[in-house]
Amino acid sequence: MSSHHHSDSHQEIKIVPRDPQKVKQILKVTYILGGVTAIEFAAAFLLPKGVGLTSLFVLLTFVKTFYIVGEFMHLKHEAKTLIWSIIVPTLFIMWLILAMLMEGTSVFNFRTWIWG
Amino acid sequence: MAHSATIDNNSEDIWNGGAEPLKASWGKLMMWFFLLSDALSFSGLLVTYGFSRFSHKAYDPNIHGLVFKFSDTYWPIPEAVFTHIPFIHINAPLVFVGIMTFILILSSVTMVLAVEAGHRMDKEEVKKWMLWTILGGFAFLGCQAWEWSIFIQGSEEGRLLLDGSKVFGANLHVNEYGPQLFADLFFFITGFHGTHVLSGVIINIIVFYNVCLGTYDRVGNYEMVEKVGLYWHFVDLVWVFVFTFFYLV
Repeated sequence: MSSHHHSDSHQEIKIVPRDPQKVKQILKVTYILGGVTAIEFAAAFLLPKGVGLTSLFVLLTFVKTFYIVGEFMHLKHEAKTLIWSIIVPTLFIMWLILAMLMEGTSVFNFRTWIWG
Repeated sequence: MAHSATIDNNSEDIWNGGAEPLKASWGKLMMWFFLLSDALSFSGLLVTYGFSRFSHKAYDPNIHGLVFKFSDTYWPIPEAVFTHIPFIHINAPLVFVGIMTFILILSSVTMVLAVEAGHRMDKEEVKKWMLWTILGGFAFLGCQAWEWSIFIQGSEEGRLLLDGSKVFGANLHVNEYGPQLFADLFFFITGFHGTHVLSGVIINIIVFYNVCLGTYDRVGNYEMVEKVGLYWHFVDLVWVFVFTFFYLV
C-alpha cells in the first residue's frame, strides 16, 4: 500500500501549488449547503406545518447529506464497492424510522383510546 | 498520496491478498465503518425522538389556543422553546440554532481546505485551516453550553402545575416546556452530539500538533488529516439531521 520513504528526515518535500478548480468546487458546495440551510430556516416560518413541509425538510436534508458525504467526505469518488457498503446498511435505518413512527402512532391511538 | 498501485487489481489476483479491492487504505476504511456504526447510534436516538413525538398529542391552535403555552398535555413546538439569542432580549425563534448550524458547516469547509492542502503537502496551509476548524469547533461548543444553560434555566414566568407549584426550565426530573421525554431527549441527543464535537476538537488539536511537529512530512503523506476530516464531516452531518428533525420539524 504505502510507498517506501527514506528515513532521512531532510528529504525534499515538494509542495504542489493549489488547483483553483478544486477550490472552486469546495466553494460551490459551501454555497449550496448554506443556501439550503437558509431555505429550510425560511420555510419553517413561511410555510404551514404539515406533511408537505416535513417532506420538504426531508428532501432538503437529503440534498445536504448528498453534498457532505459525496463531496466533503469524498465518497462519490471512491470505489463502487465502498460506496455501496456504506449506503446499503443505512436501509436498516430507513426501516427503523418507518417501524418506529408507525409504532408511535399506534401508541398514540392506544393512549387516546384509554385516556381520551 | 501513498497509494502506489504496485499490484495489478485484475480479477484473478484480487483474492490472493496484497490487493486493495476498495482502493482505500485500511485506516480510512475503518473510519468509514466506524462512522456507519455511529450513524446507527445517532439514528437510534433520533428515531426515539420521532417515536415519542408521534405517541404524544400534537399542539393544535384550534384546540389548545392560538397562543402557544407550555403544557405537558401536548408535545411542544421547537420554535416556541428555542427563542433566545445572547445579549439581546427579543423573541428570536431558532435564530441561535441557525447560527450554530452555519458555524459547523463553515468549520467543515475549513476542514476540507485542510485536507486539500494536505494532498499538496503544504504544511503551512494545513496548519492554518486546521486551526480555523478547531476554532469553529470551540465556537460551536460555546454556543451549545449557552443553549443548555438557557434551556435548564427556563422562562421567567415558569409553568404552573396542578398542585399550585411552579416549574422553571428543565432537567431529567422536571420539564417546563412539555412532556418529560422532550427534555430528556434534548439532553441526550444534543449531549451525545456535543460529546462527539468535543472529542473531534481534541483529535483535531492532536493532529494539528503533529502537523506542527512535521510528523506527516516525515511519514510522507497527510492521510491522518483526511481521517479526522471524515470524522469531523460526520459530526457536521449529524448536526444537519438534528437541526432538521429536532428543531425545524
